[in-house]
Formats: sequence, structure tokens, C-alpha cells
Amino acid sequence: MRIYVCVKHVPDTAANINIVNNREYDRGVKYVPNPYDEYGVEEAISLVEKAEEGEVIAVCVGNESAANTLKSVMAMGVHRSILVKTDEQFPSSTLIAKALAKVIKEDGPGDLIFMGKQSVDSEGMQTPYHLGAELDLPVVTAVVAFSLEGSFAIVQREIDGGVKESLTVKTPCIIGATKGLNEPRFPKLPDILKAKKKQIKSIDISSLEILDNAGYQLKSLEPVKERSNARILEGTTEEIVTSLVKILREEEKVI
Amino acid sequence: MSKIGVFIETADQAVKKSVAGVICAALRGGDVVGFVLDGLAEKYKESLGEYGITELVNLVASDIDFSKQPQAAGEALAQGVKAFGVTALLGVSSFTGNDLLARAAMALKAPLALDCVDVDFTDTYVKKSHFSGKAIATIEMTATPFVIGIRPNSFDAIPKPVTCTVLDHKVIVSTEYAITITAVDKAGSGQKDLTEANVIITGGRPMGSSENFKLLDECAKVLDAAVGASRAAVDSGYAPHAIQVGQTGKIVSPKLYIGCGLSGSVQHFAGMKTSDVIVAINTDKDAPIFTKSDYGIIGDLFEVIPALTKALKK
Repeated sequence: MRIYVCVKHVPDTAANINIVNNREYDRGVKYVPNPYDEYGVEEAISLVEKAEEGEVIAVCVGNESAANTLKSVMAMGVHRSILVKTDEQFPSSTLIAKALAKVIKEDGPGDLIFMGKQSVDSEGMQTPYHLGAELDLPVVTAVVAFSLEGSFAIVQREIDGGVKESLTVKTPCIIGATKGLNEPRFPKLPDILKAKKKQIKSIDISSLEILDNAGYQLKSLEPVKERSNARILEGTTEEIVTSLVKILREEEKVI
Repeated sequence: MSKIGVFIETADQAVKKSVAGVICAALRGGDVVGFVLDGLAEKYKESLGEYGITELVNLVASDIDFSKQPQAAGEALAQGVKAFGVTALLGVSSFTGNDLLARAAMALKAPLALDCVDVDFTDTYVKKSHFSGKAIATIEMTATPFVIGIRPNSFDAIPKPVTCTVLDHKVIVSTEYAITITAVDKAGSGQKDLTEANVIITGGRPMGSSENFKLLDECAKVLDAAVGASRAAVDSGYAPHAIQVGQTGKIVSPKLYIGCGLSGSVQHFAGMKTSDVIVAINTDKDAPIFTKSDYGIIGDLFEVIPALTKALKK
């Protein structure tokens, strides 16, 4: 069994983002593997562990320091990695998918491809679909349960209003993972040390000769203004709730 | 004038409430054609005509149940876009909406932007969140047609009654697909849909138990609100993940958001900061949530919520 996991090197969601030059951000922040991708990594590793055979290969499109994210997932149990290097801060989902597809094709076909349903930096929610289009494979995202039955994957996804859908998907396929699929493991020190010896093959994105025709372009990035301090309502509980109801009905007109 | 297509998302033979806001967004770009996948356009035409939709199209294919074949549904929407010459396809950025819009965009090889909070058809750009709501990106769509998912409640549903005509359009899709929806489990539903709600009341870890969430349910009933939970409350087992609001849960944008016992983490705010009005209730006057809400109540939610429920009934 050969499983690919696509991972993205992203700023920690708790990091402060400082926007520079109108459409970039200061990269001096803490980076982590994209949290949604970690659910995919965990699922891939446990499948190979259960099967007692196979290989999990991580593929990442990112800058030089994205090697750290690859080291993190290799410490979780990924066997080897491929890094497609680009200094672009916001490569389009189309470009990323094309690069992933080329690298995966070249490395050899996989039985399964896991990735997060979205990244937490550009939040595009579409790379799995583009990869599916590039590789001509079926895609299901927002997956919270996964199992294999013969040549089919049996998956569950959580749709709106607490409703769960069960689906069968012909393998090979692309799975967009989300919270609920599993609990990603925390690597232990020996695993971290072992991961340092694992291979990261580095490729420059220009060598892949990809035509970037996403059909969209990031024009600008603006910080979102936080609300300022709340107006604190004072008095007895009864007075407070009475004035709140009055405000919500008469001033804000939201109820 | 150009035509804009809207995917009319339905569930259990009813149009999703947030579709009306999407129609209003689409009307900025021209006349609106609605695409219906469950064949019930006739049933929906009156309510949708209220919001200014002039043409409603049943996309029909023999031997295919679109509710079980997401790939066929995406293909059908793409064919609708081509047949009716719309310059953009819009829909609700719900789970189902995102999935089908993405599939349609792939079939059209069209640019796609999901979870958008604004759209401009003159300069063809959208605005959407980056970095968990910490930044807003302006993205120019440089090819037509393009496909856009709109975050629920980002646009007000403003009535603009028109006469709406219904027609059927036959699409030709494959009969064999790699993906099939085999079952739909509604056990976790029954509650009001978070992403559709105008008012949301959310409980954090101080709720202490799933039993105590009933307190919020009672208040929610009076407000016609949906009940949400923080990640801490979900991880403590007080509430199901289906109602989690925030980074790894649902992204919501109601008129009114009442947070009970929430600290106000970045990850939680990522999921609800575009709410119109935020009210925070917390016993800790130094809780960060008070620095980024509109109204604050320093007090015990177990006292404040029952009192609020009572006051709302008046």
C-alpha cells in the first residue's frame, strides 16, 4: 500500500499576522503543519500500521523552511518526503494541486491520497478538488470516518445541521480530512530523532514547468479590525438583562 | 446585462434559508437564474420570486438521483452554467454548497472562491477570510465564468418581488460514478442549523456538563436561536462536534452571537467574528472576550441566562 499525504506549512493559528506590502505577511511567526492535514497524516500512518506493509509519503509545496513541517510529519511516522520549493507566500490552489499531481505521478501511483479539507492560512477549501481534477481521481472532503472494503473506501462526512452522510468511494481516491477523523499522535523523542534521518527530496517548482492559470489573483490583504472593548452592562442581574433585551430590540434591532 | 446563476440549495424539499441572501448578492451582477437539483422549482418559485429571481431551472437527468451522486450534481450545475450563459455561479458556502460548487468549478475549469463575504461584479473581485479571520483578502477573478460560495448571512435577504418563470433543462451526465452517498444519518440533527441561524447562543467549558446545555436550549427557544459550543466544551464531552463553533468547527455569521463562559480565543473568534453583534457573558472581568465583543456582562451564566430567558419572554 502506497499512501500520499499532502501537507502545508502554515502559520500557527494563534500567531499574530502582520501584513506587509499590501499583499504579503511577515514570515517571522511560528509555523506548524496545517492542522487539518495532520488528521490525514494520522489516518495514513495508522492504515499502513494496521496493514503491516506499505509506505506513507508526504508531499509539500512551500518554502525552504517547510522542511520543518515535513520533519514533524515524518516524526509522526511518514516514511519519506518530497518538498516542492517556492517562495511565493500565496501560491494558488491550482498551482499547488498541479505541482502535487506532477510529483505524485512521477513518484509512482498511490492507493490513497490524504490531505486536510482546507488550509488555515489562505482557507481556499479547494486544493483536494483541483488535485482530483489533475489526477482524474474521485474526491471527498470533510471526512470524519474512513475505512477500506476491497477496492472501495467507506467514508462518512459531517454535513450541515449535524447530519452525517455515508459514502462509498472507488479507490484510489483523494480524502479531505477534518476534525473527528482521529486524534493525531504526538511524536516521542526517539521518533523525532529517527525522523531526522528520513529523506526529504527537494525540487524547485520552476523545474516542474507548470502553467499557473488559476483564473484568480490575490490583489490585497487587509487586517481585520477587532472590535474595541465591550460596553459592560452594569446593575443587578435583572437590570442587566432588561437593558440588554432593550438594546438588542431597539438599538441593534437584531432580535 | 449579464446573467448570474445561483445554485438553489435545498434540504428535505425546502430551500435553505441562506439562499435568499445569495440571490441578493447575485442581483448585483444582473438577472438571476436559479438552478434546482431536486426537480421542485415549481414549489419554490413563489418564495424565491419574492427575492428577485426571474428564472428557475430544474436541471433534470433521467436515472440519476442528484442527492446521492455529488459528482453528477456538480456536472449538472456546470452544464446549467454553460446552457444559460451565466457569467458567474453563486451558492451558499455550506458543506453541501461548497462541495457541489467545487465540483461544478472543476467541470467548468472555472476559478473558484469559497466562503466569500463580499462580491463585486463590476471589478470582478471577492473578499474572503485569510488566517482564521485575522485578515481579509481581496481576490480578483480574472476568467469567466467563475464560481463563488457565499458565507451564510453575509448578505441581507431583501425582498424584491418579481414574477418567476419555471422551466426544465435536460442535462446529460454519466450514469456511472466513483462516489455514491449510501446513507444519511439525521440522528445528530433536529436542532436548528447553526450556519442558518440569525441568533446563536454558545456555551464554553464553564457549562460543566451536557445537562447544563439545556439552559441554553431554553433561551434559544425563546430567541429562535441555534445552540453552539466552544472547542473546550466539545473536547470535555459536553456537546457534540457538530455544534462546535470556531476554527475546527463551524464558521457562522449571525445577527446576534451570545457567548456564555467563553474566553475569547483567536480560534473561536475565527468562526464567529463576522457576527453583527457579539454579547459576552463571563465571570472573569479580565477574560479576553470582553476586549473584542460589543456588549459584556460580568456575571455567572447560570444566573444571567435564566434571567435573560425570562426577560425575553416579556
